[in-house]
Amino acid sequence: MTVERVRVVRSWEWARPERPARREVLAAVPEREEAKPPLLFVPGFGHGAWAFAEHWLGHAAGRGFPAYALSLRGHGGSEPAPEATLRSYTHDVTQVAASLPRQAVLVGHGAGARVVAHALARYPARAAVLVAPVLGGWATFGTALRRNPVGTVPAVFGAGLRLHRRQLFSRELPDADARRHLARLGRAGRRAQWQLLTGRGPEPAVGRPPVLVLGSPDDRVVPASALIRAAQRYASAPLLFPGMGHDLMLDARWREPIDAILDWLDKDPASAAG
Amino acid sequence: MSSSTDPGHPDPDSTVASSRAERPVSDRGDTVCVIGAGASGLTAVKNLREAGFGVDCYERETGVGGAWNWRHDRSPVYASTHLISSRPFTQFPDFPMPDDWPDYPHHSQLLSYFERYADHFDLRQHVWFGTEVVRVEPVEGDRWDVTTRSTGGYGPERTSRYAAVVLANGHNWSPKLPRYEGLEQFRGEVMHASSYKDPAQLRGKRVLVVGAGNTGCDIAVEAAQQASHCWHSTRRGYWYAPKYVLGRPADQVNDTLLALRVPLRVRQWLYHWTLRLTVGDLTRFGMPEPDHRVYETHPIANSQLVYYVGHGEVTPVPDVARFDDRAVELTDGRRIDPELVVFATGYLPRFEFLKGQVLGDEDGSGRPRLWLNAFTAGYPTLAVVGLVQPDSGIFPISHWQSVLFARLLTLRATRPERAAAFERKVRAGLGERYSAKVKDSTRHWFEVGHADYLRALQRALHELEGVK
Ligand SMILES: Cc1cc2nc3c(=O)[nH]c(=O)nc-3n(C[C@H](O)[C@H](O)[C@H](O)COP(=O)(O)OP(=O)(O)OC[C@H]3O[C@@H](n4cnc5c(N)ncnc54)[C@H](O)[C@@H]3O)c2cc1C
Ligand SMILES: NC(=O)c1ccc[n+]([C@@H]2O[C@H](COP(=O)([O-])OP(=O)(O)OC[C@H]3O[C@@H](n4cnc5c(N)ncnc54)[C@H](OP(=O)(O)O)[C@@H]3O)[C@@H](O)[C@H]2O)c1
Repeated sequence: MTVERVRVVRSWEWARPERPARREVLAAVPEREEAKPPLLFVPGFGHGAWAFAEHWLGHAAGRGFPAYALSLRGHGGSEPAPEATLRSYTHDVTQVAASLPRQAVLVGHGAGARVVAHALARYPARAAVLVAPVLGGWATFGTALRRNPVGTVPAVFGAGLRLHRRQLFSRELPDADARRHLARLGRAGRRAQWQLLTGRGPEPAVGRPPVLVLGSPDDRVVPASALIRAAQRYASAPLLFPGMGHDLMLDARWREPIDAILDWLDKDPASAAG
Repeated sequence: MSSSTDPGHPDPDSTVASSRAERPVSDRGDTVCVIGAGASGLTAVKNLREAGFGVDCYERETGVGGAWNWRHDRSPVYASTHLISSRPFTQFPDFPMPDDWPDYPHHSQLLSYFERYADHFDLRQHVWFGTEVVRVEPVEGDRWDVTTRSTGGYGPERTSRYAAVVLANGHNWSPKLPRYEGLEQFRGEVMHASSYKDPAQLRGKRVLVVGAGNTGCDIAVEAAQQASHCWHSTRRGYWYAPKYVLGRPADQVNDTLLALRVPLRVRQWLYHWTLRLTVGDLTRFGMPEPDHRVYETHPIANSQLVYYVGHGEVTPVPDVARFDDRAVELTDGRRIDPELVVFATGYLPRFEFLKGQVLGDEDGSGRPRLWLNAFTAGYPTLAVVGLVQPDSGIFPISHWQSVLFARLLTLRATRPERAAAFERKVRAGLGERYSAKVKDSTRHWFEVGHADYLRALQRALHELEGVK
């Protein structure tokens, strides 16, 4: 999926800059500044910054990491954007990343991981974490179709992709919580959804960021095989959290994956990569 | 001013015997030296660090941002300076400017952008502020002795040996002042545009502005509003292009055509036609007909000059012939009596710390002869970054030049045959141009068309990487 050539000339992008959009950014910063890099959480399609504000932002800040989450345009508290493309979403991520005081770690969840993969080619992240990544292509579509035909087929024709409770959460999550989260789900732009299947793959990352892939073998959106493939692309193996649903940041055992991410960052993978 | 956090700064303990014997030289091993912490120097530091190199950057001023830092003595910006290249062409490709900024940001926004870039990538810890480079000498093994001292000249000199050097000292700070007969007798005030800071300097005076680069046009527009009279002297006719055409920043319209691969001749024709429709025929104001096509002189982006000419607030006049004690004689014989003359006649490059022939300046004219405006023959560990004058923003070019140089330095160790092939390309390509044919003037020494230039650079990068 990645093309090897670095692109210098981007006449179309220069000639047609992305339209600016008002973006929601939620933050939790540690009380005392430590030398830890800021984290920028990028939600997947249908989710907003709220999905990280629930547990992960506060938890990361509690461990000394300045933590930010954005809502891609058309999601959460950001400006409506029915015509958004993957490029618009990528633009939103690089804009927020570059606005942070220091070089950021990008953490993408679901299709937000695909957006992060694109952003890595346009912003030298300190590191990247792909959580239950939906990197797109027809394989993603196949899985979605098998697991959730009723929610998926209309999406091909431009409707929103509908995910159901059992795909996103384990049984351990109390019903009330699950219903509350489901009620907040929105939808991605029609064009962006289509590009997730057919669009050009991400260009190579700039600045050699180390990349961590993690997910659950029991995720009903992203199968374990897709996790392994995603990790291989970045020359590593995925960290697995059995028994959890696709939304690891909202599920009952949300603490385990975020602690694993922060432990990995505390070991400073950037300096290990040399 | 220097930061004390950098554990690896030149340390006189690790001295090696200097080839020049007397002076101790501290050996900085594989560290790369970057001269200047303007935009070009900063991006060089960032990209070299990203590729894993240690970097010592020397900056004679006390802050980053170079020309865009109005606090610096040699900063050429004046209060009203706004970009002439729109945002997408000006920002670093991997660090976008905020998208709620205007199309053409103000110079103070540029400075804040470079300061944020420096902080975001933690670059200041590699910069030695208030430290001027006075000599750069090639030594055995493709290495370099760099001699520095405190800005202002006090304190001892110190010499450090580096594996490579990046010259990012800028080329828009040393004024070019033409000579004129009688200028010494002239009793009025005379200044170069580099000391023009604020419209108050023009208020109520009879002002002559010489030169119609972007500086001259900007100052003439301010004089139109502030001075009691403004003459604008040019030695040729130009294409005064507005900042917006067809409702969009002009450079974005131009790049739409470039993206469609419309050939230069057709683009020139379209541009002439657009200017006919918007600006109209300028000879009716007494301005000379351009003696060249669009893109054959450095583009002017100024929507207001023609407007003020049309309002009679700017009087276009030909070249200056000579001065006497109270008047200026023009080449058409007319005499005018300005109280203030502003020479907006541009800048010349200066590399006083380096022997001219290292940069291929064999005849002492001060004009380097390089490939990609960056690489010189016989010195594979030297690169010049930012020595371009594009029809667009300079910073993306500086970024990619330093990415290319960082790749080259890495491959010198890992794939020497590729580095050697690159060196052959440098030799074969010295003096190559990347623009339409341009008028012969010092101001066009480094003129490049951004698309032609970046395509050539992209090719060089791909060849170096071995991707087709
Ligand atoms: C009025 C004006 C407007 C401009 N507008 C635009 C525009 O819109 N878009 C654009 O792309 N370009 C513009 N330019 C061109 C401008 O030169 C570049 O934007 C930019 O400043 C180049 O950056 P640089 O880092 O290469 O050089 P500089 O900004 O000049 O920085 C060079 C740095 O090196 C330091 N230095 C030099 N010699 C030594 C030494 N011996 N030892 C230690 N330090 C040293 C200097 O102090 C300085 O900080 C404009 C220029 C002018 C004059
Ligand atoms: N707003 C902005 O962003 C902005 C503002 C100012 C400058 N800039 C940039 O800064 C750089 C420098 O611009 P500049 O305007 O200062 O200089 P410049 O582009 O070199 O223009 C110099 C002008 O002076 C004339 N000139 C030079 N020598 C002369 C002589 N001996 N006799 C008579 N006229 C002479 C030139 O005429 P010829 O054409 O005949 O040589 C030209 O008109 C450029 O890259 C420019 O784009 C940007």
